[in-house]
Amino acid sequence: MIPEKIIRIGSGAGYSGDRIEPAVDLIKEGNLDYIIFECLAERTIALAQLQKMQDPELGYDPLLEERMKACLAHCVSKKVKLISNMGAANPLAVAKKTAKIAQELGLTNLKIAAVFGDDVMSMLDFSTQTFLESGESLSVLGNKIISANAYMGVEGILIALEEGADIILTGRVADPSLFLAPLIHEFAWSMDDYPLLGKGTALGHLMECAGQVCGGYFADGVKKQVSNLGNLGFPIAEINNDGLFHITKLKDSGGMVTTATCKEQLLYEVHDPSAYLTPDVVADFSNITLKEIEKDKVEVYGASGKALTGKLKVSVGYHDGYMADAQISYGGSYALERAQLAIEIVKERLRAKNLEVEDILFDLIGINSLFKEYTSDIYPQELRLRIAAKTKTKETAVKLVNEVETLYTNGPAAGGGISKLVTEVIAIQSILIDKKKVVPKVEYFKS
Amino acid sequence: MKLKEIAHSRTGDKGDMVNISVIAFDEKDYPIIQKKVTAEKVKLFLGETIQGEIIRYEVATLGAINFVMYKALRGGVTRSLRLDKHGKTLSSILLEMPINTND
Repeated sequence: MIPEKIIRIGSGAGYSGDRIEPAVDLIKEGNLDYIIFECLAERTIALAQLQKMQDPELGYDPLLEERMKACLAHCVSKKVKLISNMGAANPLAVAKKTAKIAQELGLTNLKIAAVFGDDVMSMLDFSTQTFLESGESLSVLGNKIISANAYMGVEGILIALEEGADIILTGRVADPSLFLAPLIHEFAWSMDDYPLLGKGTALGHLMECAGQVCGGYFADGVKKQVSNLGNLGFPIAEINNDGLFHITKLKDSGGMVTTATCKEQLLYEVHDPSAYLTPDVVADFSNITLKEIEKDKVEVYGASGKALTGKLKVSVGYHDGYMADAQISYGGSYALERAQLAIEIVKERLRAKNLEVEDILFDLIGINSLFKEYTSDIYPQELRLRIAAKTKTKETAVKLVNEVETLYTNGPAAGGGISKLVTEVIAIQSILIDKKKVVPKVEYFKS
Repeated sequence: MKLKEIAHSRTGDKGDMVNISVIAFDEKDYPIIQKKVTAEKVKLFLGETIQGEIIRYEVATLGAINFVMYKALRGGVTRSLRLDKHGKTLSSILLEMPINTND
């Protein structure tokens, strides 16, 4: 009997700044075929694009060098292929840089692929396209637009895998597609076998936030106990040709994989569970069943999928004014009354100085900063007043935080620990684009 | 009884929307969640924090309900003034919702 083919995939990062050691442990000890690093949040590419405008060799993940130096030699010795969207706004620069790091490490003959084509800035149609979120026309923003990147599917990564790439670095690719691509490649799944693509997408979705399926972001300290979070293990998926898979982790790592940790992650960032949209498939998670088959190993069964919409989502990044954030603490008796008095004083000053804000928020941290409606009768021994505002200009934001600072000598008694922060807002909204228009491009570099 | 006694929860975000899962610890409690934790009651409980519509999806095989909430983040994670721009803490708040098992 021919033994069943099983592919083992590890998740090496759930976000750009994630821990590196658990990824190294997975590559060394996980008996993996692939390691995937998912490192792009909604806004990351817009910020990276601003960097690239300053220096054409920049605009990629800030931890790229550290990750590659920690991982590459182990990837080579254990024959683990690496796929990541750490290319951000500049996959070509990142692939070139990675080839250089590999050479410095004495790792020669690695084939490193840059996958791009997600930048659709030149295809934007300002006259007819409108944002999905606000309904506004793109033309309102004009030259404030910084970047426009389509969420690509598996296609570019598949080309690179077929061409024998060892390391694949992409720009914007949908998170689950990073995991689905090697499955399609290894099992020769058909691109229109939507139930199988749905199963592979369920795997990708469970894995894409790394530690979050292994008991990270799960413990409540009382009812939901998770041990050894300081050494949280990252997940491993093992999957067969039929799309049946297990989620597990290294035996001596911290955390846990249970049906409960998998359920929380399965529904994370999901809207209609029967229609999870990706560039590859409309995945259906609504009939998934989970079974703990041994300690820290959960079997996932029953995901499916339907045909695509033919459209891709595009994240458009743009300059959206400034944010002012100023804070001050009060303690002891009447802390709440003094904070409320401070709010009234600041409001009066903003009116007097005619400072125009688009939105303003008065938070009492410790009382109502997370949730305005939920109040308790506990009288706080200390609290922190936070005044946050959105402004059109930097000048107004600076004036606003400085007004809060004047509470030191002009406001209620014994306020302390003032902090002031003015940041530029780079916002993201989305549009749709025809999938046919977005053609993946692949270039190779040798170490 | 509060919802936290029978369920756990996680928030996810996309743009100005959040989704909040409500998952039964023990699947035998799922019918209570299914019956008591309606979109209307959740909307009432979360009040002004959620400015838009709340839609509820049931996932019986997981013993879970998923709420999708529109206009939840004061403009979305990239431009929100909220201290918790992602709305991640909202799951813990929702678990404080009282459940009356007598009616």
